[in-house]
Amino acid sequence: MQQTLRKFDSLCDILDRFDRDPAKLISILQAVQAEYRYLPKEALAYISTSLGLPPARVFGVATFYAHFALEPKGKYVIHVCDGTACHVKNSQGLVKAIQKKLGLGGDKTTTDDLLFTLETVSCLGACGLAPVLVINEDVHGMMTPQKCVEALDEIIEREAE
Amino acid sequence: MNSNTKDTVKETLFVDGKELPINGERNVLEVARKAGIDIPTFCYHSELSVYGACRLCLVEIEGRGIQASCSVTPEPGMRIRTNTKQVRDIRKISLELILANHDLSCPTCSRSATCRLRELADRMGISDIRYKAIEQKAPLDHSSLSLVRDPNKCVLCGDCVRACEELQGVGAIDFAFRGADSAVLPAFNQDLAEVECVNCGLCATVCPTGALTPRSEIEEVWDALDDPDKVVVAQMAPAVRVGLGEYFGMEPGSVTTGQAVSALKAIGFDKVFDTSFTADMTVLEEGEEFLDRFRNNGVLPLFTSCCPAWVKYAEQYGPDLLPHLSSCKSPQQMFGSVARRVLPGMMDLEGKELVIVSVMPCTAKKFEAKQEKFIHDGVPEVNHVITTAELGLMLRQCGLQLANLEAASFDMPLGFKTGAGVLFGVTGGVTEAVLRYAVEEVQGKALENVDFREVRGEQGLREATVTVEGVALRLAIVNGLAQAAPVIESIRKGTSPYHLVEVMACPGGCVAGAGQPHTFNPAARQQRTQAIYDTDKTLDFHKSQENPELAKCYAEHFDGVGGKTAHELLHTNYTHRKRLHEVDLALQEGESQGTLPVQVCVGTNCFLNGSQELLRKLMAHVDQNGLNDQVSLTATFCMENCGKSPNVRVGDTHLEACTFESACAALDKHLGCVPR
Repeated sequence: MQQTLRKFDSLCDILDRFDRDPAKLISILQAVQAEYRYLPKEALAYISTSLGLPPARVFGVATFYAHFALEPKGKYVIHVCDGTACHVKNSQGLVKAIQKKLGLGGDKTTTDDLLFTLETVSCLGACGLAPVLVINEDVHGMMTPQKCVEALDEIIEREAE
Repeated sequence: MNSNTKDTVKETLFVDGKELPINGERNVLEVARKAGIDIPTFCYHSELSVYGACRLCLVEIEGRGIQASCSVTPEPGMRIRTNTKQVRDIRKISLELILANHDLSCPTCSRSATCRLRELADRMGISDIRYKAIEQKAPLDHSSLSLVRDPNKCVLCGDCVRACEELQGVGAIDFAFRGADSAVLPAFNQDLAEVECVNCGLCATVCPTGALTPRSEIEEVWDALDDPDKVVVAQMAPAVRVGLGEYFGMEPGSVTTGQAVSALKAIGFDKVFDTSFTADMTVLEEGEEFLDRFRNNGVLPLFTSCCPAWVKYAEQYGPDLLPHLSSCKSPQQMFGSVARRVLPGMMDLEGKELVIVSVMPCTAKKFEAKQEKFIHDGVPEVNHVITTAELGLMLRQCGLQLANLEAASFDMPLGFKTGAGVLFGVTGGVTEAVLRYAVEEVQGKALENVDFREVRGEQGLREATVTVEGVALRLAIVNGLAQAAPVIESIRKGTSPYHLVEVMACPGGCVAGAGQPHTFNPAARQQRTQAIYDTDKTLDFHKSQENPELAKCYAEHFDGVGGKTAHELLHTNYTHRKRLHEVDLALQEGESQGTLPVQVCVGTNCFLNGSQELLRKLMAHVDQNGLNDQVSLTATFCMENCGKSPNVRVGDTHLEACTFESACAALDKHLGCVPR
């Protein structure tokens, strides 16, 4: 409860921080997503009430940007770059290796334990390191399928402790 | 340029070599259309903001290349070509791309005859679609009592989105997702019936295709007409008589009252009555209510309550304003109540069931008729509501041509009306009708000039002052719900100068309702309006209080205007209504912990009255006292009791105007603790 109390408080704080200004909706959504790791429907409804915006508008903005997630994401979000340079350097091989390791595929992009989410992005702007992926904030360049599995194992081990 | 030269030298531009004057048009498209060049559009609507999405209005402007004419401001000397090969090709490609993703079910689409997409495809000579369709049929939304949403026919022009937000101030639907996944959806992709849609149908009026259409009740009505154990009577709203003709290709504003009555008889209705009769009744009831409040320092301004879209809007957005709403039922519902009281004694029903069908220019009336409060012991006041266009279709199904029918009269007594009752079909009409009654009452002598031209007009928000015997009656007339917002704001601030405020959701009033035959003719609304005023002139009586049948009806069946029986049958009450369904904010993580549900309302009104602070305190309280295992705390959106906010529910106990202390006391009681 302490944690959720803080969360609701922080939702209110975020709204206050942005002056409950409808023009700052995107910034508010970013901040709320940073707090919840996704945008729960209920939080969106609360935001729309607080900003005096129709909920359909808030839903529209939240679904427009790929950055926003309406489903819970894992604690670790893996972004595999699939831009041109990474693609020719076998980024798909990385995706397949990660999917196999985590039991993901098709529409399933988040592990059941909510530890990992796998997504591809169109370019991370680090083509010199191709193929590249980012796990939360950490950049991993010159990756191979084997190195992917090792990086995941390391996180799983760390989390188990 | 100084203003002198501006007056003397006329500014011009050239469209297809023709020199045209610029007279303050907001874009090149309007200049061209004024000159009779009908540049094709989907997303352009003169009453809405410019969107520039459909790319059909492209033109070639010398020195600027291809431009969307809706988004270019006319400039002197501009040379514009509307019909070059490049322009034609691009328009064709745009249309083909739209058609590739369109559900081409034209023969079974109710908008087939009035579909803009179909018309333009025909006009552009598209005989082949070169692009492959994306095969993914989205489910239809049949949840609403008024409208059907078919996403497969949507061309993403956004007309509905802008109409709902800009003209109605609701915003029940908006664009969601992006790229190939783009769609126009209610919030969270919920059903239309589960969100704040007020059922006005303006979205369907502006929709160029069949993506949003009125929900048909034709089959239910045929079933009733076919049933030998039912006596079926019709009531016809004022605006229907000036709209139906268009369905059969007549000029807008053709008055077809007699033909419409005879058409209804021809398809099997036992009796045909006029909703204007109960509109006259509304004038007396609402007029009395108004005078009572005016004379006795009652709650003012008084809002009219004839428009069910407005009533739902008020119930959703103005819980504090409900005391301002006239308690009168709408003429449609009044008719249902009166007919059920009067007709059984008058007609020989032979034990058969009486079925009442409304013919309305409106989609919200369908919703209104199905409200719990208008159904008594399983019998609805009004059984079915069909629109003007649905009546047109029923006649066509029978092979009847309206123009060929001999005119017939309404049945008595509920078919007798005055001009005042007919005025209900236009914006300002209810106000004028009430004035014809109230002014006469206030001055205590007959009113000579019954025309109150100061309340007529087209503007979304109009103000007028009528002075009687030195007393000023200050009026506001709203059409288009977005225009109600400043009036509501002024009431909340305590600065409202008004005594009476008429609100109709549809711009123009009922004559331009979503149930009228579909038209893209911008002049149709004015012509229908004029036809209503003309109809008033041709009737013998112009004041509701002069309706002899109404007087008789009051004498025989009611204990006077505003009496006890009238109050039981002709008046209603209003409830607070939530805008979103099924959105509760769980405040504890993981599985819901406790068995005792505690809900704190954080809807707008409760929010404003401090529910956020209350929630914080309650969460801290639960936490500090280790009650996490016993209670399940959620924030909920609107308990439909906004007048006594903040609202909290502890188990099955509802706490109004809840304080932290009273919430704690309820918690202790439910958990069996000793009160602290």
